[in-house]
Amino acid sequence: MEQLAIELQKLPELLAEHLRLSLSALGLGISLGIFLAILSIRFRRMQGPLLAVASVFQTIPSIALLAGMLLLIGKIGFIPALIALCLYSLLPVLRNTITGLENVDAELIEAGRGVGMTPGQLLRKVQIPLAFPVIIAGVRTATVWVVGIATLATPIGQKCLGEFIFSGLSTKNYTAVGVGVVSAAGLALVLDGLIRLLELAASHRSRPLLVTALLLLAAVTLGGLSPILIPSGEKNSGSAIIVGGKDFTEQFILAELIATHLDHAGLPARSLSNLGSTVAFDALAAGQIDCYVDYTGTIWSNYMNRSETPEPEEALREARRWLESEHGIRLAGRLGFENTYALAMRREQAERLGISTIDDLVPHAGDMRLGGSFEFFGRPEWQAIRDSYSLTFGDTVSMDPTLMYEAARDGEVDVIAAFSTDGRIAAYELKVLADPRHAFPPYDAVLLLGSEVARASGVMDALRPLIGALSDHAMRRANMLVDVEGRSITEAVETLLREINTREE
Amino acid sequence: MITLDGVCKSFDDGATFAVQRLSLHVEQGELLVLLGASGCGKTTTLKLINRLIEPSDGRIEIGGEDVRSLDPIRLRRRIGYIFQGIGLFPHMTIAQNVGIVPRLLGWKKTDIDSRIDELLSLVGLPPEEFRDRQPRALSGGQQQRVGVARALAARPRALLMDEPFGALDPITRDELQGDFKRLHDEMGLTAVMVTHDMTEALLMADRIAVMQDGRLVGLGTPHELITNPPHEYVKTLMTMPKRQADEVEAIAQGS
Repeated sequence: MEQLAIELQKLPELLAEHLRLSLSALGLGISLGIFLAILSIRFRRMQGPLLAVASVFQTIPSIALLAGMLLLIGKIGFIPALIALCLYSLLPVLRNTITGLENVDAELIEAGRGVGMTPGQLLRKVQIPLAFPVIIAGVRTATVWVVGIATLATPIGQKCLGEFIFSGLSTKNYTAVGVGVVSAAGLALVLDGLIRLLELAASHRSRPLLVTALLLLAAVTLGGLSPILIPSGEKNSGSAIIVGGKDFTEQFILAELIATHLDHAGLPARSLSNLGSTVAFDALAAGQIDCYVDYTGTIWSNYMNRSETPEPEEALREARRWLESEHGIRLAGRLGFENTYALAMRREQAERLGISTIDDLVPHAGDMRLGGSFEFFGRPEWQAIRDSYSLTFGDTVSMDPTLMYEAARDGEVDVIAAFSTDGRIAAYELKVLADPRHAFPPYDAVLLLGSEVARASGVMDALRPLIGALSDHAMRRANMLVDVEGRSITEAVETLLREINTREE
Repeated sequence: MITLDGVCKSFDDGATFAVQRLSLHVEQGELLVLLGASGCGKTTTLKLINRLIEPSDGRIEIGGEDVRSLDPIRLRRRIGYIFQGIGLFPHMTIAQNVGIVPRLLGWKKTDIDSRIDELLSLVGLPPEEFRDRQPRALSGGQQQRVGVARALAARPRALLMDEPFGALDPITRDELQGDFKRLHDEMGLTAVMVTHDMTEALLMADRIAVMQDGRLVGLGTPHELITNPPHEYVKTLMTMPKRQADEVEAIAQGS
């Protein structure tokens, strides 16, 4: 119950953002769809190509379309999400409008021309009114789709109800997932119902019904948007420092920790988590977020595209220089802990087979299944470790990082590509295998600042206490609080802040 | 009133002709019937008059004006049109259907309303009962009465009728034919009516134009065409109602 109350507190703002995004995308998509449909009725040759293009957008998996917009536009947040959703809503509206207009009885079109209607009058007075039920059916389909798919705007940095679902899934907070799912579905049903009411009002030509439907729609829109329409004063997001975070527990904690710490230091800040891995970096480089925590190994291999494995100090030094000169990003320093990739397996099985290093694993790997995140199998480290150890697994399985620890515990996979700070390694009695050939690069957590914030007075000073303040142990414990014990991010942040403050004193 | 002079229409760039060198004159107040089998070009001829179809060649005049010099939209609003499929707009009430042309012409609302009532009474539908009903709530005969009222609403200079009674059952058709003929004679309407029904043509027409394969093969009053058919085809057509009536008579006599 307490958990539910915490989640519900976030609901008004996220619901408002979700509504703003969905309604804007629908407004654009519906207008554009109907406009293009009418155009294609006049200019028939456009019809085939138009429908083909709209269908192609529809076949692109929605999350890829959203991510694609991000690449195309080079910005995170509202605009790419808006464009992607607008394109997504295009097809049902376009197709239904064309079908509706085409299927108007030819005799009635002849009658309209015969009584002396202009093509425009024919469209307004005969074709559109008669096609209206079919057009509205398309609008309703688009509405339900867009409200649902808008939840996927979370990884590209747009606040929406997806935040409950994404962070809930990665922190195993099923209350949050439930709140997200129920509110998104509820919103879709309410909007669908209101449009249905509008349609009824139109088909019965009932003015009272029409007024009721419009008032209800206005009430839902204004009521839903009110948390972001009414400036709350305390939260002046224009000047607030935005702390980014990627899409796993440790990053949620760190983003919240830094934001809270800055707030305490008198610098208004807010966190924006759940960003895709490279989304966070691009957003920092583009100045859309002000700081976030990344790892030297990620910078080294993913952004700098280096393939050799560096020494930790070398990685730090090179990364600092490269970030500053290529992107104007300031590397403020190491937070103290390292979160490297590590191969881990059930302690009991490791001991039975006498495995303690990756070398020991090699002869057994052919009969084993390796589980890892989607990201891991796409990273250079995966290639590096196979090359260094001549390692070949019987099978590899991509899965959500949250689920792989349990999969290892339950024997669904034998080995996982774990994160070394994850609290579940100890909690589930997994053993981390040593990497004597140093195939995995060092993964020191480092605080990155955008050029503007780095120059702003006081920000560096305020952040200094965090440098070197988080040990492997402290981070692992904080992660475990959330992932294993089911505590909230806020509780984990408070625990860490207490630790940092006692250290300081 | 309406003059066609050497009018041709080809839909395939001159390979075949739906209407070929057709010349006709419709007098003021006359009801001219275009009679012929399906595909003889009679409906095409009708649509050429209000430019729903543009002629390939020839000249069409209404009241002395070449229709090609007139804006087709304005032309159509000045000519009433009654459709074979009736063509009432299902999303409009009876009153809205009847008032459509006056509305397009921008009449004042009070004028439109009184005109609607006047017309509904004229075609035998009490306005207070029918004004606000939907077309689908009416019988076929009632619907076509509304169709007639709609065509007459803006006091057109002429009326074009495309098999106006073709979709109705025989008894309703008979009733409407009689009513329309009376209305026509009282109001002195200039009308061109297309039909393939010989009896209808003989009973209603002031003059009949018989068409075959896009050509005019006979033109005259019903009496003239029956007594002195100018063409073998016309003769076959004109004797058919009589022959059928004789057969019916024979059945009645029990022989």
